[in-house]
Amino acid sequence: MTGARWAAIVLLAAVFLIALAANLFAPAPYAKQFRQDVNHSPTQAYPLGTDELGRDRLSRLLYGMRISLLLAPAAALLSTVLAAIVGGAGAYIGGVWERAIKVVIDLFLSLPWLFLLLTVRALLPLDIPAVTSVLVTFALLGALGWAASARIVAATVRDLRNAEFVLQARASGCPPLRLLLRHMLPNVKPILIAQFWISVPLFILTEANLGMLGLGVTEPLPSWGNLLRELENYGALSHRPWLWAPLISLLVVVSLFQFILSGEEYVS
Amino acid sequence: MRSGDRVIGASGEVRMCVSIFTCTLLILSMVLFCGCNRSVQNGGELRVTIKSDPKTFNPLMAEDDSSDIVRYLTGGVLIRVNRKTQENDPELATHWTIDENGRRITLNLRPGVKFSDSTDFTADDVVATLKAALDPSLHSPKGDPLRAGGAATIQAQGKDKVSIEFERPIAGIERLFDEIAISPARMAGKADSSVVLGPFSVGEQKAGEYVLLKRNPQYWRKDNSGRQLPYLNAIRLYVLSNRDTELIRFRQGDVQLINGLSPDLYEQLHSEDASAARDLGPSVESEQLWFNEVPRSPLPEHKKAWFRSRNFRRAISMAINRADLARVAFRGHAIPSVGMVSSANRIWFATNLKPPSYDLNAALELLKQDGFHKDGDVLKDKTGNPVAFSLITNAGNKQREQMGSLIQQDLQQIGIKLSFVPLDFPSIAERITKTYDYDACMLGLTNVDLDPNGQANVWLSSADLHQWNPAQKTPATPWEAEIDKYMNEQASTLDRDKRKAAFDRVQEIAADQEPMLYLVDKNALVAVSPKVKNADPVVLTPQTYWNIEYLSLRE
Repeated sequence: MTGARWAAIVLLAAVFLIALAANLFAPAPYAKQFRQDVNHSPTQAYPLGTDELGRDRLSRLLYGMRISLLLAPAAALLSTVLAAIVGGAGAYIGGVWERAIKVVIDLFLSLPWLFLLLTVRALLPLDIPAVTSVLVTFALLGALGWAASARIVAATVRDLRNAEFVLQARASGCPPLRLLLRHMLPNVKPILIAQFWISVPLFILTEANLGMLGLGVTEPLPSWGNLLRELENYGALSHRPWLWAPLISLLVVVSLFQFILSGEEYVS
Repeated sequence: MRSGDRVIGASGEVRMCVSIFTCTLLILSMVLFCGCNRSVQNGGELRVTIKSDPKTFNPLMAEDDSSDIVRYLTGGVLIRVNRKTQENDPELATHWTIDENGRRITLNLRPGVKFSDSTDFTADDVVATLKAALDPSLHSPKGDPLRAGGAATIQAQGKDKVSIEFERPIAGIERLFDEIAISPARMAGKADSSVVLGPFSVGEQKAGEYVLLKRNPQYWRKDNSGRQLPYLNAIRLYVLSNRDTELIRFRQGDVQLINGLSPDLYEQLHSEDASAARDLGPSVESEQLWFNEVPRSPLPEHKKAWFRSRNFRRAISMAINRADLARVAFRGHAIPSVGMVSSANRIWFATNLKPPSYDLNAALELLKQDGFHKDGDVLKDKTGNPVAFSLITNAGNKQREQMGSLIQQDLQQIGIKLSFVPLDFPSIAERITKTYDYDACMLGLTNVDLDPNGQANVWLSSADLHQWNPAQKTPATPWEAEIDKYMNEQASTLDRDKRKAAFDRVQEIAADQEPMLYLVDKNALVAVSPKVKNADPVVLTPQTYWNIEYLSLRE
């Protein structure tokens, strides 16, 4: 592992820690509206200024990062596990099952996920708490985002299924579970880890897209998505550069993920 | 000689001075004359935007905003509602009389008027157009309000007079003619705005790009100096749905007028060019929320009881800081709403009403009367249910979403937990019109028709848009019955004072019961390029080009 990659991991860990301890670093509660100080420039009291409702922007950024950084990996884990189960099992069993799984994967890949998310959100009870709404959003992202990874996992497992060492193990009477856990899983592991790391920034960005549409994480909870909505007012960006903070932090985190991922790919 | 020479020389200098002075005067007069001419000269192409392609050029079928703009700019009407004075102005009808029981209107037509194809305008054209508008098989949205009068007999009385007799009287019938563009008799019902009586006709359309309106050389109106109107040669209506792009093109000089700027875009423009951005004050667009009072809704009984309580509704209303909504969400470009009629409606606004006061203690007192009580920070009803409800609105409307967050914090102060849920519009429509599965909803409303009859589709208990409890067979509450009574009363008399008194009473009942919590009246924000001469924007649509005939472009 290179020094640069270590540095990326340390930086990402630091960002995670700061986000996790948002309540320690945030100057104010994220939902508190200081209505007399709407759109305030950065000061000691408001290091990144206030938003259009007078809420401290730094506090919202820290809490928003916490939500996105905790839930995006959780959604990525869910989608990777689903990809491993569906893609791996289909390819391992082979035959009709493999073809059926292929069809299901293609079906999921062709789903207009945005409309599906809109529909599911519309079907949810209206009075669910904001936190539940966040959990549901990310759970949906995880439950719908496994198909692309499953296709890669299936292709890998298909190759492994016919590999000489697997055939030899099978010929020597190795039971299926042991074959799966001892011989195949260690070889699929790097693919799964890579898929996990790819999914994390993808889900962060997907949530950001939903936030830009006014969906996803609901008010007053902050997330990177709804913080980025301030960039819609791009006329103000030139004379209020602190509005870039959510975008810059998102770019930094996604880049760090990508940097770490490139190392994983190299390893795999 | 020297002296004589000097004398001669002096007189020569004087003559020269006089000549120079005369020449200067002549040149100045010519320059001024040319300048005056140039200021109102014909020519130039005004460029504005529409949000989408017009769905139709048939003025009787115009329903969407874009089609309606084309109708306004091309259509010649019998009577025009003056967007500035809000009074009825004679147009193709020079004067009119309404008989005693209000069932018949007789219109005297302007003589010597020609269509844009140089054919004469006659009473037959009016008869044919009105018959088409009233034809039930055409389903003309412009004819709908006229059909409220039942079967009509339309007759030409000579070349310059038309009478229309309805089964039932229609109060404020003159205003309805503002919507009906007269077409040639041969094209009635299937007109395409190419042969018109208005200042412009449809010249060219490129789907998804623009609609070009060309000047009508036969337009009947002249300015005070006898000059033929309109001044402009053409209007190009760019199809542009993105408001940010619209502002960019305005800055580049490619678009010269913008109607309905958002507060954000207004502020942006104002910071760059204060003279181009204009805040015209309160418009007829309001934002309001209502509670679901539909008896068959799937809500739990305790919630239904809250929402049906006048005290509960008034308490919520008093707990909302409307001044903050206007100042924060609309950046000061809105005012706290008084009620169902905006103060921009000069004729029908009940001036004795005031916006609900923001008073948390009074709100809690009202709630106490209904058995609500605070348990720590949580407000509970008399059976111990914590007071929590959801508020839906359409996702993507920034001001509405901000209002939701502000109301959320306001209600938190009296112990109410509000879940604010922006949804896509089809989901909202499904909930508020079919399933009734919602607690409260916040949307906007524009009173396009200033007349009280324009609000009948909301305030009559039988109306489909009576949102809190639509399409009632009989009024569900005594106060709704009372509103029905006064709405029908104002609709059945032609006496304006009596109508005003009845409609004032409707506004008072609505303000007392608050089935709709009117939040803010939005200001009309527009952009006017300094290149546009004679611009006199008003709060009513089409705000910046209501006086299109008189607009001209500076070079």
